[in-house]
Amino acid sequence: MAQEKTSGQANTVQESLWSRFRNHDLTYQFLRSPITVVAAVICLVLILSAICAPWLATMNPFDPKQVLLMDANIPPVWIEGGDPRFVFGTDDQGRDLYSAILYGLRVSLAIGAGGVALAAAIGITLGLMAGYFGGRTDAIIMRIADVQLTFPAILIALLVNGIVQALAKGSSRETWAFGVLILSIGLSFWVQYARTIRGSTMIEKNKDYIHAAKLVGQPTVLIMLRHLLPNVIGPTLVILTINMGLAIITEATLSFLGVGLPPTQPSLGTLISIGNKYLFSGDWWIVTFPGVTLAIFVLSINLIGDWLRDALNPRLQ
Amino acid sequence: MRLYARLIVSLIYKIGIEDWRAEILSSLGAVYYGGLSMKRAMFALALASALLSGTAGAKTLRYANQGDLKSLDPYTLNETTTNAHINNVYEGLVRRDRELKIVPALAERWENPEPTRWRFYLRKGVKFHNGEEFTADDVLFSADRIRQQGSNHTTRIPKDAKFVKVDDYTVDVILGTPNPILLNQWEYWMIVSKKWSEANGSAAPTPPNAQTPSYISLNANGTGPFKIESHQPGVKTVFKPNAAWWDKPSHNLDDVVFTPISSDATRVAALLSGEVDIIEPVPIQDIQRVNSAANTQVLSGPELRTIYLGMDQTRDELLESNVKGKNPFKDKRVREAFYKAIDIETIKTRVMRGLSTPSALMIAPELFVFSKDFVRPKFDPDGAKKLLAEAGYPDGFEVGFDCPNDRYVNDGPICQAIIGMLARVGIKVNGLIQPKAQYFAKVLKPNGFKTSFYLLGWTPNTLDSHNVLYDIIGCRDDEKSARGETNLGGYCNKQVDALADQVLGESDQAKRNQLIKQAFQLAVDDYAYIPLHQQALAWGVSKSLKLTQRADNAVVLNWIVKD
Repeated sequence: MAQEKTSGQANTVQESLWSRFRNHDLTYQFLRSPITVVAAVICLVLILSAICAPWLATMNPFDPKQVLLMDANIPPVWIEGGDPRFVFGTDDQGRDLYSAILYGLRVSLAIGAGGVALAAAIGITLGLMAGYFGGRTDAIIMRIADVQLTFPAILIALLVNGIVQALAKGSSRETWAFGVLILSIGLSFWVQYARTIRGSTMIEKNKDYIHAAKLVGQPTVLIMLRHLLPNVIGPTLVILTINMGLAIITEATLSFLGVGLPPTQPSLGTLISIGNKYLFSGDWWIVTFPGVTLAIFVLSINLIGDWLRDALNPRLQ
Repeated sequence: MRLYARLIVSLIYKIGIEDWRAEILSSLGAVYYGGLSMKRAMFALALASALLSGTAGAKTLRYANQGDLKSLDPYTLNETTTNAHINNVYEGLVRRDRELKIVPALAERWENPEPTRWRFYLRKGVKFHNGEEFTADDVLFSADRIRQQGSNHTTRIPKDAKFVKVDDYTVDVILGTPNPILLNQWEYWMIVSKKWSEANGSAAPTPPNAQTPSYISLNANGTGPFKIESHQPGVKTVFKPNAAWWDKPSHNLDDVVFTPISSDATRVAALLSGEVDIIEPVPIQDIQRVNSAANTQVLSGPELRTIYLGMDQTRDELLESNVKGKNPFKDKRVREAFYKAIDIETIKTRVMRGLSTPSALMIAPELFVFSKDFVRPKFDPDGAKKLLAEAGYPDGFEVGFDCPNDRYVNDGPICQAIIGMLARVGIKVNGLIQPKAQYFAKVLKPNGFKTSFYLLGWTPNTLDSHNVLYDIIGCRDDEKSARGETNLGGYCNKQVDALADQVLGESDQAKRNQLIKQAFQLAVDDYAYIPLHQQALAWGVSKSLKLTQRADNAVVLNWIVKD
């Protein structure tokens, strides 16, 4: 098969790829669900604007030199006292909220993606091992997973965070908060991947092609990576998408509780936490805009995840 | 599984996640090891709070502060909030009345026959909460204990003062040098029971950075108007009136529940909804909101506390900086540059919303008559840059910055603003803004003054300049002396010390003020510190309370009457 493809003309390959994409079940179902299309567009716009934040923003809110305290607590531009420089107003340190949201989105996205990637990496590795080797390995890995499942993810994340905080006594939070958040999200979300992968591995490993590979004498690692992995990874796609939303929310929660990113490097959660202080004093915009952005973003991701789950489930069609 | 949850919860306490976060965690933990479903737990919680608020007969005062009461050991942390809390339970030989005058407490009366000899006649029939009689032995024991290593109150009693027991109810104090303001320092020298402390392994004071809590930091046995019924650091502390108190109580409370609530909005919401009766402080942005509500009001006034910045001027190389081999703060021009880079008026209008008094001195104007003769150098970022260039740092440098976020009014935002202002003259400040428990444990004497640059506030609790000159500005190079105990940056000028000693012995007020002025002038000329402002104190109280607000910001439970 592979030989056939490479011998064909490049043009036809591209064409057939495009038509395969267009005629694919998923594309068809995607276009048939307007809500998902809208969600995808919003997601795309938000992700793009997060990536392009340095060019879209009017200032860099992480750079204390650009933040002027004189500009603190200015309302959005359409309210009396607003300033055309700050469309959505400013926070208590004089950061432009529009820029802070873009940069905050960037941080939230990076931590969410990093956390989920780490969780997937840990989960898939352990799941493959548990499913393939079975026996004692399986028992140990899965008991650890069971124990961890009994705690809410946020508790694990807080624990990891707290331990690092105790170890990093004295060093500035800014230097390690980012990595620690990814670590704590990664360590709290891996179980789902491990369980899913283990289940499908246990089914797949008894199929003929695996036996064949073993008979040929392929090394175990190669069997796991080359033959097993591509056949068991499908279902994790849904978990990946839904977890992305969860990870972003977890990051926001941690930052809101004050154990995430410091107020000098605000993520969306940190901005909400800052705004929360001013809820009673009438400066509603500091909490509202980051909050709405976070809600819309996570909602869109979850909508896509939901749709993906339904679309990939043959029983629902 | 339950064991696991409990383990995690206790671990989280150990590593010091503070106050309400811990509360969230512990309730999560409780849900888990209680084996309850979340829904049921919520229901139970709602029921419990309904029951609590339903008991109208008992007068419970619910009090929320932004900071925690960590240790109950009266010698662990010399900080107003902590001292004031503990002073409801433990008492000194003297106390302050509503006008801050020194009046007798455990000492019935005293004489000062010679400048260096004091005789105290102790009150008879006073009992500690566990029933033990209070005697001269407890005074001698406490005098010894407060001066030991690990105590944060070592400057309250001169190192060379000798305590002599004349009889069970008479104590002589022999001083090395005359000290007319001795009693002013003794309000928060609280007397602990000798027998009880020794029996419970607490003969030595608990240092603020102690890894495991001592018995006395979790339990209390004082002589004061209130007893501690239960104490969970970071969660809540319950006080009960002491029926056997020697004085007539002015309060009418049946119990007091203290809860730390560090989040500004949550604290205000708790007051507005009637969940608590008194909060300290009211965040300045919410003063109007609290005043306009039907059942609450703000009690405010100028506070005697000075908020200031300090710099490490002793180490040859800063602990937290990219400058190696030398200490930039040893150069006066650098200190001056830092001073001039700070736009105090903007901090006043924006962060403090007008409720602060920029200060040029390390003492409040109410406490020193010549305060008005001192003016702050003008805010001058260009001048600051020039000074830094002259000192050899044309591109600035990096420095760590320690800052509490639940101790002073808007302390976190002030520190952030300072980071921004210094960034504009080229200084990269790496802020470590954290709850006061961790902050104090890091920067204070028992941990070796581990800071390069910090924000702190100070009220001289003698209400006198000598305390500032001795505790904050005095040299700390003499191991044997307690001088400079809270001089975290180690500024040292022997001339200031000499003047401070003259101040202590001088009884002519006019001469004394001149000496104080000279001493302050020397420190100001050296840019020893960067004073910022005096903050306003603001308590949010329910209108059902009658109470006295003292200018030192101490909440005295004995003066609270609830309708």
